[in-house]
Amino acid sequence: MRSRRVLALGLAVGSLLGIGLYARRGKAQERIDLYFADGSLTSLHGDSPQAAVLLAHAREALRAAGA
Amino acid sequence: MTEPFDELIEISSQIDAAVLFDGTGKVIASTLPDDRAARLASSARALFEEAGRVGEGDPTQLEAATAAGSLFVVSDGVNLIAASTSPEPTAGLVFYDLKSTLRSAAKPKPEPKVKPAAKGKPKPKRAPAKKNAKP
Repeated sequence: MRSRRVLALGLAVGSLLGIGLYARRGKAQERIDLYFADGSLTSLHGDSPQAAVLLAHAREALRAAGA
Repeated sequence: MTEPFDELIEISSQIDAAVLFDGTGKVIASTLPDDRAARLASSARALFEEAGRVGEGDPTQLEAATAAGSLFVVSDGVNLIAASTSPEPTAGLVFYDLKSTLRSAAKPKPEPKVKPAAKGKPKPKRAPAKKNAKP
């Protein structure tokens, strides 16, 4: 009986960890790459405040596109 | 104006949807229905304008990568093109295809050759009047 509880608890903790890691992975993928006329590139990481505003527009555009 | 877009979708397997619009956000051509094309153009324009405030100078192109997919916006200074792809596309290829489409769209269409007006049938020349052979 006790081993079942431990197994269930282990599964629950493992699932939560998995969900957390998956969400983090998804978040880490988010970024904005800006290419300028002089050939320079600025890459904004998804969790930067500057990227947040740009990503909101991008998500809206992707929703319109049906992605 | 749909020819460059037909080509784009045909050539690029990575692009799901695309819209060509001017600096005011007016849709010129799109692979989407009108209402969705207008929404995509409006959001892409807002994104591009906001991006101009981030760095020094105006960007010429950008990629916004999200978990749902990527959005690409390219400008030629007059018109802009925005395209959506699935996650993790080959960015270089998508940019190349979008720039090619922008260039094609900017080219003035060659005027159709005007055929010279068909000439009417030449009038049969009247045979010279026979001289009266009466003695």
